[in-house]
Amino acid sequence: MLNNFFENIGNIVIQWMNVFVGFSRLSFETGYWIIMGPIKKKSLNMPSFFEQMVFMGIHSIVIVFFVTFFTGIVLAMQSAPQLAQMGAVFYVAGLVTVSICRELGPVLTSLVIAGKIGAAITAEIGSMKVNEQIEALDTMGINPIRYLVVPKFLALVIMLPCLTIVGDASGILGGYVIGIFNLKINSGLYVQTALKFLELKDIYTGLSKSFVFAMIIALVGAYQGLKTRGGAVGVGKATTTSVVVSFILIILADCFLTGIYFFSDY
Amino acid sequence: MSDKKIAISVENLEKTFGDRKVLDDVTLDVCKGEIFVIMGGSGSGKSTLLRMMTGAIKPDAGKIFFEDNDLSGLNAEEHEKIKRRFGMSFQSAALLDFLTVEENVSLPLKEHTKLSQKVISIIAKMKLNLVGLQGFEDYLPSMLSGGMKKRVGLARAIAMDPEVIFYDEPTAGLDPVVCAVVDKLILDLTQKLNLTSVVVTHNMESVFRIADRVAMLYQGRLLEVGTKDEIKNTSNAIVQQFIKGEIDGPISSRED
Repeated sequence: MLNNFFENIGNIVIQWMNVFVGFSRLSFETGYWIIMGPIKKKSLNMPSFFEQMVFMGIHSIVIVFFVTFFTGIVLAMQSAPQLAQMGAVFYVAGLVTVSICRELGPVLTSLVIAGKIGAAITAEIGSMKVNEQIEALDTMGINPIRYLVVPKFLALVIMLPCLTIVGDASGILGGYVIGIFNLKINSGLYVQTALKFLELKDIYTGLSKSFVFAMIIALVGAYQGLKTRGGAVGVGKATTTSVVVSFILIILADCFLTGIYFFSDY
Repeated sequence: MSDKKIAISVENLEKTFGDRKVLDDVTLDVCKGEIFVIMGGSGSGKSTLLRMMTGAIKPDAGKIFFEDNDLSGLNAEEHEKIKRRFGMSFQSAALLDFLTVEENVSLPLKEHTKLSQKVISIIAKMKLNLVGLQGFEDYLPSMLSGGMKKRVGLARAIAMDPEVIFYDEPTAGLDPVVCAVVDKLILDLTQKLNLTSVVVTHNMESVFRIADRVAMLYQGRLLEVGTKDEIKNTSNAIVQQFIKGEIDGPISSRED
């Protein structure tokens, strides 16, 4: 009984160690090929890179817009009554703008993209794995990480901060629409208040967060894809795991980065 | 056989997955220019043996030599160079489904050579011609039948003019006529391009159509190696039951 208990704990530790080592190795190899690819004259898979940029970026604008725009609206509607009690409704402008740029823009955009793109990366690489295509690449002497993962990684690292800018703008627009049409705040006053509270730091910390989130989504997606086993069911499981793990890691990284950005100064 | 040069030499190979010994003390030589068939039932370890020969799986014990290179002792870069001298045809063809037929065949050339796009395209068309698939360059793999996919896979395998081609179940899931076509293709390619072929299959008709020599694996052990006539006339009851496909015999109680 006790032996079993320790054996189980040992097995779990070994499993987690394996995951950690595997993930670190993938991250290292991705970094290695980004730097060494041009040096070794192994060019980036350009068609895939541009295709991925369009798929990840352009095709995600609508969903990012909807999620953040309505979040901006909800945020303004929720905070307005409290601020009205203090006779400071126009502070809605500052509250919405700052919270969208600092936190909700990058995080919501990244969660949406983890669900949409992270899942797609895992499903694509995972089904290639179960159909022997990854092995085929390897047998041809083509490194699957260089050929498949690096273009996706770079595309997402470039496109997610861009999408975050779209998310920030739509969220702010959502707040503005409520502020002007529902709360009857003067447009000039709204913009002025928003700008008064918004610092440049809010924007670039938000964007740098999204940069880290992009790395998480791409690497977790690729890792889960590459270790997929067991046919269609395996691909389904890997895709679900990929999204769940990305969500958790994004929130953890967000907490950690917010701690660094906003508490290290004080 | 003794006067022929050895292309691949496998010595005392062992491999265990979990508690299951998949390969147990397997030793064999593949000669240059021959078609060497590895046959055996499902789970006999034949695909594992093939993947060890290509270097995709590392053995637990034993050695694999390609000419004078010990595959398990090579570093990544050396291994990659050796891999370019190999071609592999997969059971599922394993074509990249986001690339067209021509792009699939061109892929190794694009990645490993400095040839211009025009030259690569000509070579790809030539290879497709060799497998009888001219005119299908712009098709996506999803638009092809199983046999055609296999042939594209074969064209890709010979794209880099390899010295050895490994075939994993080349005729699995194909109708008898297409099977015969693929078998003829294997024979033609081996002779025309002066290749060494290692074929894993459990299709007996194929075995006796194409093989120069045959090895029979059973439960991870090498039971018998010989020419097809030697195998046909062997006194080994397991081999006899396997090639005749009989229900009764020493294999009938096997679990796989």
